[in-house]
Order: sequence, then C-alpha cells, then structure tokens
Amino acid sequence: MRAMPADLPIRFENVTVSAGAVTVLDRLSLAICPGPPTVLIGPNGSGKTTLQRVAMGLVPASAGRVTWDGVADVPPTRRAIVFQRPVMLRRSVAANIRYALKAAHIAKDRHDARLAELLSLVGLDSMASRPARRLSGGEQQRLALARALARDPSVLFLDEPTASLDPASTKAIEDIVRAVATRGVKVVMATHDLGEARRLAGDIVFLHRGRIVEASDALAFFASPQTAEARMFLAGELLL
Amino acid sequence: MLDWTLQEFPVSLPVMQPDASALQLVLTGDPTLLAIVRLSLFVSLSAVALAALIGIPFGAFIALTRFRGREGVIVLLNTLMGLPPVVAGLAVFLLLSRSGPLGSLGLLFTPSAMVVVQTILVTPIIAALARQTIEDLWAEYRDELTAMNVSPLTRVLTLIWEGRFSLVVALLAGFGRAAAEVGAIIIVGGNIDGFTRTMTTAIALETSKGDLPLAIGLGMVLIAIVVLINAFAWLLRRAGERLAR
Repeated sequence: MRAMPADLPIRFENVTVSAGAVTVLDRLSLAICPGPPTVLIGPNGSGKTTLQRVAMGLVPASAGRVTWDGVADVPPTRRAIVFQRPVMLRRSVAANIRYALKAAHIAKDRHDARLAELLSLVGLDSMASRPARRLSGGEQQRLALARALARDPSVLFLDEPTASLDPASTKAIEDIVRAVATRGVKVVMATHDLGEARRLAGDIVFLHRGRIVEASDALAFFASPQTAEARMFLAGELLL
Repeated sequence: MLDWTLQEFPVSLPVMQPDASALQLVLTGDPTLLAIVRLSLFVSLSAVALAALIGIPFGAFIALTRFRGREGVIVLLNTLMGLPPVVAGLAVFLLLSRSGPLGSLGLLFTPSAMVVVQTILVTPIIAALARQTIEDLWAEYRDELTAMNVSPLTRVLTLIWEGRFSLVVALLAGFGRAAAEVGAIIIVGGNIDGFTRTMTTAIALETSKGDLPLAIGLGMVLIAIVVLINAFAWLLRRAGERLAR
C-alpha cells in the first residue's frame, strides 16, 4: 500500500457549475478521501460526469472552489481519468501507453518495464503492436485504463467505463479496478449499473439534479437508503 | 538592364525537332523536355515544402488559440486560397524588381523568385486545410490531452501527427496548385529558355508558337507526374492507415 496519496483529499466547497441557464452542479460540497472506491450514482443529468471533470480540472467551477490536499489550482499530475468513450491515438497499443508515460515525465529508462507491467495488468500483452483503433470497445477501455495508470495516479476517475460493454468485458474492467484499488489508488467511478456499484463501492455518492442527496457507506446505502429519492432510484422509479 | 545568372540551372539545349511527335519526345527522354520537367518539379516541390513549413504551424496556431480577430484571419486565409496567381505574381514582381524594396536581392527572373511566388500561392491552401484538420482533431482529443497534462508544444505536435493522413491531402492540394500554376511564374520567372521555363509556361509558349508536339509532350508528362504523386501519396496513406488505425 502506498503512503497517504497526493491530491487527496479532494474537497468540493459549495461548487456550482452552470452552463447557460442550466445548473449542472448546485452548491455541491463533498470530500473525496483515501480508501476503497467511491461510486457516483444517479439518474442521467444528475452531475456525475461534471463532478469528475471538475475534480480533474477539466471544467472550471462557476462558484465555490475545489482543493486538492488543501491546495487550489493543482495541475493534474497525480490524477487520471478514463472517459466513457476514450479517444485512442492513431498508433499502436504500446505506443499509446508510451505516449502517456512520456506525458507523465516517467524516466525513459523505466518505460519498457512500466509498459510490460501495464500491458500485463490490463491483459493486453499479446496486442501490444495492434493499432489501438482496431481494438474492440472493451479492449479500448482496458487500454485507456493502462494509459491512465501510466501516470501512476493517486486518484483515478472512471466515467461509466463499462457502459455498452458485454459482461465479459465488464468483468475484465471490474477486475482491473479492484486490482488498482488494492494497490492504494483512490478510485472514483460513475456508473448507471447498480450491480456494479454494489460489487465495487466502498462508499456511495448519490446525486440528483446537481446536488448530493445522500453520501454514505455502500452497504448502508443499499441496505437502508435514507432519502425518498434514493429509495425511488434503487427501485428504478427515479428516471430524471 | 536586369541582372541574373544563368548558372543556377545549366542546361545544354539541343535544337528541337519540330517534326518529332509528342510521344517520341517523352519516350526518348528529350533533354529539353527533361530540363523543363526537372525545373518544374524543383520549383513546385520546393514551394510546397516551404509552404508546409509555414502553413502547418500557422494553421495549428489558428486552430488552437483564441484571440481577437481570429475569425477575420480565418476568413482571410480561406479567401487567399483563391488568390489570383497573376495578382500574386505582380506583387512579387514589384517587390523584387530593381526599384522594389527587395530589388537588391537580384531574384527577379530566377527560379528562386518562382519558388517565392508559388510559396505565397500554396501557403494559404495548406494553412487553411491544416487549420480545419487540427481544429477538428482538437475537438476530439481536447479532454484526453488536457487530462494527460501535456505541454502546449506537445499538443501541437501530437495533433499534427494524428492528422498526418489528412495533412497529406492538404500537401497534395498545394502541389496541385503549384504544378498547374502559370500566370505568376511567367511574371516573376520570365519564361527564360533553359533557365526559368517550366512545364506550364512552356506549354503556353509552345502552343502560341504552334509547336504542338512539345506542348502536348509536356502536357502528358505534367499529367503523369501529378497522377504518380497522387497515387504515391494515396498508397502511403493507405499503408499508414493500415498500420496506425
């Protein structure tokens, strides 16, 4: 296990994000601390993706502030994200990972060893020379994970990484997420899949209409949700 | 009196065979024809190379930065794609003529002047197409590259590399413009036999003189070269795509 990771805790202090007249996050306050995976759940448009993008520094807060280990405006050197539809560079699988290693300023003499380690972790050893854009959706997600992990992040954001994947690919991704979390990387994952949330989450943040409705230990949340919205969501009755 | 040197492209010119057929000239490798082809390729390829060196970084700059008047620059760049060659030729002629601001360089009526004017004509084409390509790629890659915290220079180089197949098309468009151009290079090159005569200017001259075999032969070679270069670029692109996509 690594020591206290850099960038953590990530604190949202009354963060609001507006896009025109639409408020995507509404005075949201949250602390993301070291520990098992935090899973963000909520209906479409609840703000899960935006919360992660703000945490990565990809979207500025319209109001409020975000701090990383108590400091604002920290460049994302120890944070990484895997998008729902990751963009593969037009080069081989190995070259995609090498690009990420170079971008993360990993010493060049460590590239070969890290590349082999990451390919093995995500199960793409035999596809190192394949063009990345020719991989299947599940393989591309695994490559995106390897690319994100090349940064040796202390926090890994995953934005619905298993959406549209078949069960085998979903399991492969979940296994990697568990392995990464076991190594001490803080995983923050958004998902629509409640089964996946149950399998992976240490704690749950339930969002609705840009606000945190409930944030608690995963077992407690699924056993006895405290709010009517959460109960409706778990029953499949809260659609928007 | 104009001051130029004929040593830059020394060509020994045999007497043309007026009755030679166009095909014979091509198949026998007529020295006059070969000299003209060589100069044409030198001028056009040099202009495309220079235009790429200027146009691709400039296109990337416009694509990735936001500043006041940016849209005006884009409109201007797109407009310059249709810059009339004779106007560009006239402007370069005035710049390079003895009494012009760059007259002391002694470039007028030399292949260098022809490269300059073709570079001016080709640069907007490459810059405008590069700008569009890189802007589209940036929309696709923005989140990934920002999340990876790559430096601005690395972003530009990455996007140029990612857009390499589309940028080849921009270079081909530029080469097409340069290879087909006649008005500007006649003005600044003077169409001097054995020195600044290119395929297009020679075709124009020989046609007006009635020497159709040479004009037709040059036309055949010109079309063949354009086809060959496009075919080569196409094959290169296909091979690259097979490896990279």
